[in-house]
Amino acid sequence: MKVQNKIREQFPILNQKINGYDLVYFDNGATSQKPLSVIESISDYYKTSNSNIHRGVHTLSRKATELFENARKTIAKHFNVINDQQVIFTAGTTDSINLVVQGLAKNYLQAGDEILLATYEHHSNILPWQLWAEANGGKLKVIPLLEDQTIDYASIPALISSKTKLIAITQVSNTLGLITDLEKIKTIAQKNNIPILVDGAQSAPHMPIDLQKLNVDFFVCSAHKMYGPTGIGLLYLSEKWLKDLAISKPGGGTIKTVSFEKTEYAEGALRFEPGTPNISGAIGFAAAIDFINSVGIQTIFAHEHELVQYAQKKMSEMPEVIIYGKSDHKAGVISFNIKGQHPFDVGTLLDKYGIAVRTGHHCTQPLMNCLNVQGTVRISFAIYNTKEEIDIFIEKLVKVIKMLS
Amino acid sequence: MTINEIEKEIVEEFEIFGDDWEGKYEHLIDLGKSLPLIKEEFKTEDRIIKGCQSRVWLNSELKEGNVVYTADADAIITKGMVALMVRVLSNHKAEEIVKADLKFVDTIGLKEHLSPTRANGLVSMINMMKTDALKFIS
Repeated sequence: MKVQNKIREQFPILNQKINGYDLVYFDNGATSQKPLSVIESISDYYKTSNSNIHRGVHTLSRKATELFENARKTIAKHFNVINDQQVIFTAGTTDSINLVVQGLAKNYLQAGDEILLATYEHHSNILPWQLWAEANGGKLKVIPLLEDQTIDYASIPALISSKTKLIAITQVSNTLGLITDLEKIKTIAQKNNIPILVDGAQSAPHMPIDLQKLNVDFFVCSAHKMYGPTGIGLLYLSEKWLKDLAISKPGGGTIKTVSFEKTEYAEGALRFEPGTPNISGAIGFAAAIDFINSVGIQTIFAHEHELVQYAQKKMSEMPEVIIYGKSDHKAGVISFNIKGQHPFDVGTLLDKYGIAVRTGHHCTQPLMNCLNVQGTVRISFAIYNTKEEIDIFIEKLVKVIKMLS
Repeated sequence: MTINEIEKEIVEEFEIFGDDWEGKYEHLIDLGKSLPLIKEEFKTEDRIIKGCQSRVWLNSELKEGNVVYTADADAIITKGMVALMVRVLSNHKAEEIVKADLKFVDTIGLKEHLSPTRANGLVSMINMMKTDALKFIS
């Protein structure tokens, strides 16, 4: 508890009342709160070092460039990427996926090609592929879920054909919290020589990720779900794709030489970072990684896992509660409904008790159709959440059920 | 009764709850439960106000010079709010409906239902009610 208090002290936003009740923030899957170190890294940058990067000869520009490139190194190190040029700053997970799709569409994907996805993908890992498919005669194939909402791995070989050009899959379902067994996916993909894109938006905040060991082609995530600022994220490219992924978003900073006849593009990360990047965002992202490592990502995973087990056990004892994806092998998320009640009503009343949850389809409408529900209520945890907060949540949930029935 | 008078009546109805938000919401839930607002045959796809977490159906008709609304929602709190809106705006001249500022929502302490988040079906419903009324004017 003492350690927990030390952590909570670093998040001033948590210390407030909502409608007269202590705030319980259980919407970390949407975005996590930011520690003081992250907030201060951004304001310090603007107070002391703000300048445009990479081209300036003056001191401030060198300082800003150093901070920006050090941020890249921090992130590379965290994900165990040796060559930091494989770490590309984007606006976030959605931006990263779009960059990959548009690049692949230029020199890799062809009419008739197929992309394999899982049923529980976030819309951000569906729509860019769908838009490509609709415009270019491509096709999306979907890996079904089993009764317990885990991926039906056995169905994958039959879904793969000579036309399958990529598997784009989430590592952790944002709605259910279930963890995809990437080793199983990799075995099948490698046998068929199919590249893999891993959507790490919901895994990177909760569990250790070693990209060298994971050895996939693309990995994407967002800083704001992992204690960092909004508007900045990661696109990791394997050595091969750092060379082969076509540029789809050219602009200042991405070049070596330009003439009206022919432009030679830069090598490495800069190829994919047009315009003035989100410098303060990258610095805040690195500060967030430093925060995570000061606690320890294993500690975060263990703590959140304990919270999930604790909450899931208590919720299972309530006959009115239906939990979706009820496995212990999950990361920080519980999705549920109250029998006969609309998730919107449950979320609205919980908010009146100061408890922030998410309700609705969570940008996973295909999954909602599969579960045959309009939406769910989702609680999602971060390192600063406590068992005491879960007790408050359960106590209020009982009241909410009573009010609605 | 005029729109203003109905609004006043609702404000008085909610006044007894004072700061007791639980009482207020229980009342809202009761309002939602007590009113079958729309005929099943009107609960069609084209009458759904899309993009909201709670599905809201709205039907607008002109009867003897007045706009008559019937509506429904699948979330009970939304339905309670919908019931209040229908009570205030239905059976009035289109010109009056378009001008209504619906300040009572703020007065009775339910302003959060008018926030512009996508979760909220009510703002879209009020827009639709006014848009439909405008059509009857032209």
